[in-house]
Amino acid sequence: METQLNPIPSLAEMAAEGKVPEVVFWVGCAGSFDDRAKRVTQNIARILQHAGIQFAILGEEEACTGDPAKRAGNEFLFQMMAFQNIQVLNGYGVKKLVTGCPHCFNTIKNEYPDLGGHYEVIHHASLIQELLDSGKLSVRGGAFKGKKITFHDSCYLGRANGIYEAPRQVLEALDADLAEMKKSRAHGLCCGAGGAQMFKEAEKGKTEVNHLRAEQALETGAEIIAVGCPFCHTMMSDGVKHHNKEMEVKVMDVAEVIGHGLH
Amino acid sequence: MVEQVLFILMLAVGVGFFVRSISKIRRNIFLGRPLQINDRKPERWKTMARVALGQSKMVLRPVAGFFHILIYVGFVLINIEVLEIVLDGITGSHRMFAHYLGDFYAVAIGFFEVLAVLVMLACIVFLARRLSGSPARLSSTQLKGWANTDALLILGIELVLMTALLVMNAAEGAMPGAEVAPFLVSSRISPLFSGLNAETLHWIERLAWWFHAAGILGFLNYLPFSKHFHIVLAFPNVWYSNLEPKGKFANHQAVKREVELMMNPEAEVQSATAESELPIKFGAKDVQDLSWKQLLDAYSCTECGRCSSECPAHQTGKLLSPRKIMMDTRDRLEEVGRNIDAHGKEYSDGKSLLGDFITEEELWACTTCNACTQACPVNIDPLSIIMDLRRELVLEQSKAPGALTAMFNNVENNAAPWPFSPADRGNWRLTSH
Ligand code: SF4
Ligand code: SF4
Repeated sequence: METQLNPIPSLAEMAAEGKVPEVVFWVGCAGSFDDRAKRVTQNIARILQHAGIQFAILGEEEACTGDPAKRAGNEFLFQMMAFQNIQVLNGYGVKKLVTGCPHCFNTIKNEYPDLGGHYEVIHHASLIQELLDSGKLSVRGGAFKGKKITFHDSCYLGRANGIYEAPRQVLEALDADLAEMKKSRAHGLCCGAGGAQMFKEAEKGKTEVNHLRAEQALETGAEIIAVGCPFCHTMMSDGVKHHNKEMEVKVMDVAEVIGHGLH
Repeated sequence: MVEQVLFILMLAVGVGFFVRSISKIRRNIFLGRPLQINDRKPERWKTMARVALGQSKMVLRPVAGFFHILIYVGFVLINIEVLEIVLDGITGSHRMFAHYLGDFYAVAIGFFEVLAVLVMLACIVFLARRLSGSPARLSSTQLKGWANTDALLILGIELVLMTALLVMNAAEGAMPGAEVAPFLVSSRISPLFSGLNAETLHWIERLAWWFHAAGILGFLNYLPFSKHFHIVLAFPNVWYSNLEPKGKFANHQAVKREVELMMNPEAEVQSATAESELPIKFGAKDVQDLSWKQLLDAYSCTECGRCSSECPAHQTGKLLSPRKIMMDTRDRLEEVGRNIDAHGKEYSDGKSLLGDFITEEELWACTTCNACTQACPVNIDPLSIIMDLRRELVLEQSKAPGALTAMFNNVENNAAPWPFSPADRGNWRLTSH
């Protein structure tokens, strides 16, 4: 579907006009550069605009949070990235961030405070849920009404931060028929991308983690596998493709699902 | 009198050896790095009550959880009878609690006997699970050698001890003119002894009593060498466990100082003088580089394999198994401990946890998903050890896989893990599709 966006200012542009946004949208590297994730980013922006939220992005001033470096053992690089990002954010006096990625969310929320970065951080699924609850956003079930959707918990939203319900409630707002995989919530199986696995080949084994997880998702008979993370998005899409089901089953971020239902 | 002296001697030796083993374990644990954990005490007590005492994570697998609680409750309560045995042994009395409890005594012993039978039932179920190879995490194909023997031994010993208890009580009950017996369960096996004279019965009772007492002391001394030691360490281990969100990985404080110095040279003077010349280690190569809590984790591991059965890497046939990470850490720590006993503290055998026990291939297979820490019934954190060893590989030995080195370079040069220009970050705003 067409994604029509009003102009989105960068924080620098807003600051030049002497304005301060309600919230800064932390897009993340995947959301900035990966084609599939970019569509999610556009949907998040559209949802924010729809709800009348005044926001800005960092644009060129945003840098990798350092999550993949830290989890791959390069603590130096992580802390250098964190230091730079915190300088930028503190320089603008940023108070609140919404992220399009559970890894950015986790790192900024949990690991930046000790390094001097104290912000209110919220993952986009939680923000959408808040907007729906407060009535700032309303959606029509439309195309998703009664459709079977299964939600894949990303490790860094779920187990890492205990957020299981927000994405599910968002999907339920569309009157979708939510189906759970045999492993979900705290017991959900990883998609295989975390801990910097996204950037390397997997070690030798019997099968791939994303093949196994996609199998569990397909077992539910869902037509849509909903995710809340750009890495899960890639891994689950590839997993579905591995099982030759990409024609019948779509992998979509909750922001894309909600983006469809906007009116 | 002779019996009393013998018993006190046996007790002293048994307890003495136990204390000796415990103090060695204590010493080994404190070979680890210092770490302060004394915050949020009310929450820690609550977590301990829920997870260790209440076994809240055990019961998530209902069959194992149920029978485990049987053994556990049985074990704790039957210890009241053991207390009587010890007091009888020291003072030379016979069933001294009967004197104080009167008629209630037989009821209490009957209750313990019921527990003993339930414990035996649970042991049989657990033996059957292990021997039948289902679940796989407990089968001898996944749990080899000593670990498998250890598990079977524990169940076997518990069966034998419970049998001794029942035989002892049955013989007591079969004796003509028995004052305190019969008891609920053992009275059903007393008929086996019909036809034996009082003296023989007395001997059987004494033999079973001694066997039970010696068996318990023996078992006590077996604990420190076994995964069964978790019955003690589960409690402190859960108390000291991580209360932060699982996604929060500690920031390395030495790195923090270095980065601050690098980025902010004005701060140099103060912090450079404040820091001592302690050699800074950025990762962990051997057990001494881990924190005492990580080493306590290793001694607390029950080898149940719940972590590995939930681990995405293990489930897909990779070499990594979080249970093995914990068992390797314990094995290596015991080895280091033995080296210290034999050759003194400075001795080095040239081996290390990283390399000789845990391989790079295992470490790089981890997705940092926290399924292992979530699954562990005693809140062990294998992931923190994996991270410390990874940091050793990358920061101390420059041994990251090539693809990760490329990712590091991208992050450093392009501020993203892929080779895109930072100037294009906002371009998603332009692409309508
Ligand atoms: S964190 Fe690592 S070791 Fe633990 S379950 Fe996940 S992949 Fe396995
Ligand atoms: S680490 Fe925990 S879950 Fe894993 S084997 Fe040990 S006790 Fe079991």
